[in-house]
Amino acid sequence: MAIDIVQKPSVGLSKIALSQTHGENSPYFAGWKAYDENPYHEKHNPSGVIQMGLAENQVSFDLLEEFLENNQEATSWGKNVSGFKENALFQDYHGLLAFRKAMASFMEQVRGGKAKFNPERVVLTAGATAANELLTFILANPGDALLVPTPYYPGFDRDLRWRTGVEIVPIHCESSNNFQITLEALESAYDHARSKNMKVRGVLITNPSNPLGATIQRKVLEQILDFVTRKNIHLISDEIYSGSVFHSDEFVSIAEILESRNYKDSERCHIVYSLSKDLGLPGFRVGTVYSYNDQVVTTARRMSSFTLISSQTQFLLASMLSNKEFTEKYIKINRERLRKRYETIVDGLKKAGIECLKGNAGLFCWMNLSPYLKEATRESELEIWKTIMEEVKLNISPGSSCRCSEAGWFRVCFANMSEETLEVALRRLHEFMDRRRNGQVLSME
Amino acid sequence: MTQTGPRRLRNSALDDDSQPQPQPQPSSSTTGMRLIVPLQGIVQGRGGLILGSVIPCAMFYFLQFYLKRRRSPPASNPPSPGNLTDLSRSASRSNLLLPRGRPHVSSRVSSIAKANDSPYYIGLDKATSDPYDRLCNPGGVVQLGLAENRLTLDLIENWITNNLNESILGGGLSVSGIVTYQPHDGMPELKLAMAGLMSQVVGKTVTFNPSQIVLTSGATPAIEILCFALADQGNTFLIPAPYYPGFDRDMKWRTGVELIPVHCRSSDNFTLSIPVLEQAFNQARKRGQKVKGILLSNPSNPVGNLMTRETLLSLLDFAREKNIHIISDEIFSGSTFGDEEFVSMAEIIDSEDADKDRVHIVYGLSKDLSLPGFRVGVIYSYNENVLTVARKMTRFSSVSAPTQRLVTSMLSDTTFIKSYTERNRERLRTMYDLFVDGLKELGIGCTKSSGGLYCWCDMSGLIRPYNEKGELDLWDKLLNVGKINITPGSSCHCIEPGWFRCCFTTLDENDIPVVMERIRLVVEACKSPA
Repeated sequence: MAIDIVQKPSVGLSKIALSQTHGENSPYFAGWKAYDENPYHEKHNPSGVIQMGLAENQVSFDLLEEFLENNQEATSWGKNVSGFKENALFQDYHGLLAFRKAMASFMEQVRGGKAKFNPERVVLTAGATAANELLTFILANPGDALLVPTPYYPGFDRDLRWRTGVEIVPIHCESSNNFQITLEALESAYDHARSKNMKVRGVLITNPSNPLGATIQRKVLEQILDFVTRKNIHLISDEIYSGSVFHSDEFVSIAEILESRNYKDSERCHIVYSLSKDLGLPGFRVGTVYSYNDQVVTTARRMSSFTLISSQTQFLLASMLSNKEFTEKYIKINRERLRKRYETIVDGLKKAGIECLKGNAGLFCWMNLSPYLKEATRESELEIWKTIMEEVKLNISPGSSCRCSEAGWFRVCFANMSEETLEVALRRLHEFMDRRRNGQVLSME
Repeated sequence: MTQTGPRRLRNSALDDDSQPQPQPQPSSSTTGMRLIVPLQGIVQGRGGLILGSVIPCAMFYFLQFYLKRRRSPPASNPPSPGNLTDLSRSASRSNLLLPRGRPHVSSRVSSIAKANDSPYYIGLDKATSDPYDRLCNPGGVVQLGLAENRLTLDLIENWITNNLNESILGGGLSVSGIVTYQPHDGMPELKLAMAGLMSQVVGKTVTFNPSQIVLTSGATPAIEILCFALADQGNTFLIPAPYYPGFDRDMKWRTGVELIPVHCRSSDNFTLSIPVLEQAFNQARKRGQKVKGILLSNPSNPVGNLMTRETLLSLLDFAREKNIHIISDEIFSGSTFGDEEFVSMAEIIDSEDADKDRVHIVYGLSKDLSLPGFRVGVIYSYNENVLTVARKMTRFSSVSAPTQRLVTSMLSDTTFIKSYTERNRERLRTMYDLFVDGLKELGIGCTKSSGGLYCWCDMSGLIRPYNEKGELDLWDKLLNVGKINITPGSSCHCIEPGWFRCCFTTLDENDIPVVMERIRLVVEACKSPA
């Protein structure tokens, strides 16, 4: 006689908890796991996996340390008794005024003074990840759609969709015109969303683009702004890499265009920024929503209670960022170093027979391996990606994680390692391509 | 002056404001009626009431219809009701002639962005904009509405001076090791130190496991993350009332979760009754609402009660029977000062073998360690699936790395933490006694509480009429005449009118006579015949 085993019903979790929208099972993250298990180290593990899938800026770290050493008052609450106490108690979601002012002025500097920023419109969040999610919660309801040009940062699938219930409808961009956003692509994405009965709430662009590593041209920005105005929807411009443009005159912020139009129709525009990339401080968790819409500013401010920046960090960075001498020097040198790195990697790849998209910004290059694909399919792309990870021991990001509509493109980060490590990576890739050319690499035949 | 507490956005600072402020608006039909009635009167002389109202009505509706057709673009974006409310300051005809409205925002926005009309927030704003200071602003508003502990910050400050050379970076000038991306759910060293603190704070009756800790930027996101993980939009949580006003915002705004208050009464000293809980659960079920869990605050806010071992066991049984979760917000567990011992849910769970999966504890440094600005919160769960999800969600609410480093140093100094916790309790006790005695002399009684940074005062004898309006009248008098901000029970969803929460930890002993005098004046005014 069988004995029935009564299963106690386990206590349930939410749909959000059970969904896969956090995306952490995609190849983008699988590569990270491989790196975690076998990380490269110059001395201790020279044959380990080199992490080229993390867009982190470590090239100007010495400048930060130098500042801190030479400006000790900036790093202490001081002998003034009330300094620490008031700071420790400060949890106002408006944020420290001194810090907001410093952020606004830093954002102006990064844009070469070509646009003005009002500290009253700066809403602080613990990182740009939170800023993007916050804006999505504010601008859209569950089931609504945001249009996002492809290829895009893989994290958007999670940040914009997971807890918000909002959909991303891709604006397809193609290599034939260097992946620039066209009016046709915008209209087509919009119509596609409407055909699925989704309400389109806005367009989200990343400028400079991740993963392309290129700025959006002024006339394209104007076109996008006109488009969103015609459709009466929002425009979110994620300008997190604005300080990482190699030549300052090549970046046009949406803020500049709005200023030139006297802020007409600006209430549909919102900028996301952060110190994680330009200042290399991702651990500090400092992001901002800058909105030209009063209601959005008010709402974002109140909602930022879920993601406030530590008052200690605000205090520290307020002094750092309001030191104009430091910030000017930092911005200039940082750009230079990134540009050099970019040239190194692009030249190195060229010597290995690999072309990249012509880029001018960011912490990565957009590499084209499509000539080497067995077939122009996602599967072939993932095969190469796997080979590169397992044989060449490099973790790079496949274009399919970025929803790229063409197979064979990869994002390769170059700023999160020393110059020596970059050389090692390039050498490995060179050797790999040589072996392949000589027919020694079976997995790619 | 540093601000403490939420403030409304000051719109004067924003330039070029041609945009109307969002406010709840009269609908266009009301305006329509304003047109029809005079017309009706005009026409009434000829054709009578029917023609006098039908014709203008018809004209008006045709006009509306025509204008609406002209206004909306043929395709895609029909303005939703929410949009119309946001658009108009007054639903005048001129508005109907606008070619295009502002871009749509989510349906959450209008309730979130509107001016704070809750006394809880109004009072906080007022006290922040005109704060009392014994020396510099003796006529200002005394802040007794914010549960902020200023009694022992000097101890923390001394520790920083002695151990960190006042360095913000936590000793030493180097930022190396803290600038790069950290695990979103917190550095392992801090988790370890936090486990130690939590154990110390509950009286060493429990050992907390660092691997069950998820660190968040404050207890606010900790609660929200648990709601996202445990409940779908539209699901509900049962919550003993009166409760912390912030929960209405923290738990509902973005998650879409609902709260069902389980009313506690003065006859029970505002302790939770299981039969009442059962009743609330059943009523929810009848209404078709899906209850996913219970949210407890222990020590409770605003009353300051500690839950007994028996109640906690009964709650666990209840949750088991209904197969729901328990979130135990123990953020004040280190701020106890009574004779009762504090029993953490963790202690109860430790002694039970089964069913740990449904219990989740929230903690943080904002109250016990007086560091609300640093944004350090904790989710402690026994459910591995919940921990996995929570870890992923902390990417939206991580603790800043320099803060992690500083706090790790401090919490690892267990000698300091032990002496700090003891001194904190002593000072809380002293201040509580002084404050409650002062109120007693005025004829105002308080529930006997053993934890938290506040006392729960019975001013029901002073309100007229004996209802929410009477309570708010008294609140208003205390705020605007007495210049004292305290929190009315209605903001806390208290079912009995006349109760108020008074936080006494922003005061020092010399301020108490001032506060009592101001209360006395208002009390006298209430007692004198109207």
